[in-house]
Amino acid sequence: MTTLTQTPGGTGTPTPGPRTYADYSRPFWQRVVLSREFAVIALLIAAIVYSRSQVDYFSGPQTMYYLFRDSASILLLALPMTAIIVTGEIDLSVASTVGLTSVAFGMLHVDAGLSVVVAALVAIAIGALCGAFNGFLVAYVGLPSIAVTIGTLALFRGIAAGLLGTESRTDFPDSWTDLAKERIIEDQPYPMILIPFVVLAVLFALLLHFSPFGRGVYEIGLNDEAAHFTGVDVARTKAILFVLAGTVAGFVGIYTTLVTGVARAENSVGLELQVIAAVLLGGVSIFGGRGALPGVIAGVLLIGVIQRAMLLNGQTINVINIVIGVLLVLSVMSTSLLALGRNVVSASKGARSSGRSSDSAGKRSLS
Amino acid sequence: MTDHAAQAETLVLDDVTKSFGAVAALRSGSLRVRPGSIHALVGENGAGKSTLVKIVAGVYRRDSGEFLFQGQPVDFGSTAESKAAGIAVIYQEPTLFPDLSVTENIFMGRQPLGSGRRIDRARMHAEAEGLFARLGVHIDPRRPARGLSIADQQIIEIAKAISLDASLLIMDEPTAALSGVEVERLFAVARSLRDEGRALVFISHRFEEVFDLCDTVTVMRDGSYVSTKAIAETTVDQLVAEMVGREVSELFPKTPAEIGDVVLDVRGLSTAGVFHDVSFQVRAGEIVALAGLVGAGRSEIARAVFGVDAYDDGSVELLGKRVPPRNPRAAIRAGMAFVPEDRRKQGLVTEASVARNVAGVIRRGLTTAGLLTGRAENRAARPWAGRLEVKTSALDMNAATMSGGNQQKVVIAKWLATEPTLLIIDEPTRGIDVGTKSEVHRLLSDLAGQGLAILMISSELPEVLGMADRVLVVCEGRITADIARDDATPENVMRAATNAAGTDPNPTTTGAEVPA
Repeated sequence: MTTLTQTPGGTGTPTPGPRTYADYSRPFWQRVVLSREFAVIALLIAAIVYSRSQVDYFSGPQTMYYLFRDSASILLLALPMTAIIVTGEIDLSVASTVGLTSVAFGMLHVDAGLSVVVAALVAIAIGALCGAFNGFLVAYVGLPSIAVTIGTLALFRGIAAGLLGTESRTDFPDSWTDLAKERIIEDQPYPMILIPFVVLAVLFALLLHFSPFGRGVYEIGLNDEAAHFTGVDVARTKAILFVLAGTVAGFVGIYTTLVTGVARAENSVGLELQVIAAVLLGGVSIFGGRGALPGVIAGVLLIGVIQRAMLLNGQTINVINIVIGVLLVLSVMSTSLLALGRNVVSASKGARSSGRSSDSAGKRSLS
Repeated sequence: MTDHAAQAETLVLDDVTKSFGAVAALRSGSLRVRPGSIHALVGENGAGKSTLVKIVAGVYRRDSGEFLFQGQPVDFGSTAESKAAGIAVIYQEPTLFPDLSVTENIFMGRQPLGSGRRIDRARMHAEAEGLFARLGVHIDPRRPARGLSIADQQIIEIAKAISLDASLLIMDEPTAALSGVEVERLFAVARSLRDEGRALVFISHRFEEVFDLCDTVTVMRDGSYVSTKAIAETTVDQLVAEMVGREVSELFPKTPAEIGDVVLDVRGLSTAGVFHDVSFQVRAGEIVALAGLVGAGRSEIARAVFGVDAYDDGSVELLGKRVPPRNPRAAIRAGMAFVPEDRRKQGLVTEASVARNVAGVIRRGLTTAGLLTGRAENRAARPWAGRLEVKTSALDMNAATMSGGNQQKVVIAKWLATEPTLLIIDEPTRGIDVGTKSEVHRLLSDLAGQGLAILMISSELPEVLGMADRVLVVCEGRITADIARDDATPENVMRAATNAAGTDPNPTTTGAEVPA
């Protein structure tokens, strides 16, 4: 909301006639630096720099490797979760889908004797089916996603427990379990899982930020009625995102099984909340319409770095959770405070903010 | 206007004004209501009736003017204050608590207390029964309000008003959703209240009801008082003339355009309880206006044609090809554009930038290798923003920061960018300033001149008469008149819209029971 500086886009001839418009009201560096994503990324870099210099062993060879390996599930699940939360919905069932697909993968390989690849593909398909079930109920039946996915959170985990009970399957080929733990380059801290993650991250970034579909996702989050009037297929968009979430959860189920070597119903219990916490920390608004993937990825890594640094510093997990909880609350508050500040500024400028605030109030009551 | 001034008047409003921002909703409202009288308040859409009522009810505060209630100057800051003073307003759609009983609704917030400050239910029910007996209706006071017909809900509102001993009852289009029998019952109740010496204000678009029930009538037009007459001394024609009474021919010049082939062909479109058997055509270069009263079903017809809403029966064809129902995307692909009624909620995403809004519909065509960049959106949006002279400093400004007129330009720009063959535009100039208004009118005229077919919905009669080549009048979900430009007069449009000329005062399907 700064004043209009000399515009690079507008031609330098302010002659009367057809209007010309600048592309942006602020210069490029301001648009980058004053964004929330940038704040999270800056915080992440600061945390890494501080930890490397102040925390013993943080710069050691294993720290970053385990950081990536342990954060991989959250990183992967955060990609579709970001898109879902941007539409104003939520998916609480992803971790249960991970558990179910882990069990399915283990049983298909060990009990049914399918090869690892076939079992994995079937498990991913099961994940997609779980997502489609959520998507159908949310998008086409019109039920609130928070209620639907609380239900399927219990349902999918329940099916997994029903299939395998308290047993587990551990009989996986070493070549595969080793692959899950391997590094891309010897002695570098980058585990193999980063390859599929980077590929998926790029795909999701293109989908969300550089495609007509992605524009629709944001429009649904900001004003689903206007999106509908503009020809966005709101129901189909939401359904696709839930299917994507289920599919990625299926992949994570296989990764979790291979990296731990165990397929069991309790895999990744409670992971959904860590995913959502990281997404919100990364600057995505729970009301929808705002946020970007770079911030979310930085948010996941920031939580990982803080956890690891504090562990190395000898803090207990409880203290770590308190710190991360406070950070999350501050981050959510910062959005509100920022919005409040902006409203105050625009109100004092005499801009029409009344309709705007009532709009967002209406949006809130809908969600 | 001073005919009845000798008597002590229950309500006196004199030269009351109210503005919302730059829009003056009420320029000079005056109303004098005597006790023991049923006073009709008539005027076309936007004449300021509702604003006047809301000032009396304490919803709005007037900007200036005199407001006396029972001889005392008053200034209500809330509906509670006006209620306490003895004013009851009954709206078209009553607002009851559906899960509470009828009795609880009547005594909401002032339940009689028995011993130990417990609510005395027995007394409450007895009093409710007494009220209904007095009104001569049979409603079980113990049943929940959910599922009651609109008529019964209104009776409950009236019972509430009587139990409050209101000396002034205002009924805002109470009969709009009622069947013939229900209207009769309501009128009987209204007359008995009048005979008790209460003052009633009755707002209606149905002249036969006004003449049947009321003894005095006040006409409003463009937010101003026009006249007050005794019913016996006036006629329907006189009222219509006073409601419209202005020269409109010069206001909105539409340049004659060559009328081409049929673009839109709607046949037998029906949705139960909303509109029925709607058939019409729009030709290239033609502006067809859907006129009628608010709530007649005009917007609903437009929404169904575009596919935002479903319809039960009928067909929509564009350039001879069937447009699938309930699929806005298919309608857009076929060549339809739809500027909806509610700009902020439906027309645009106010929290998104101008560029994204303008490029919002055409963005699927802006991709390179499937990828859409902000640069491509800006490039596509710029000429359309320029053509409509959208006033903004940069294309990344939020639409929320702009004025209503500018927002409307953004919405129109976004649809013109699709290069449609049919433009449906619902209330093209609602809530926008006079300057932008004439710009929009000139634009619509130019577009029709270029061969675009335009279906326009407007509640402003001058706009309809000035812009339209043909006026279709919608009344209670049916097209009741198809009037060519040269034949269209304020009087015959208004007559068709209010069904005043109609043979049957209550055709069909008006008693639709709305779930509470």
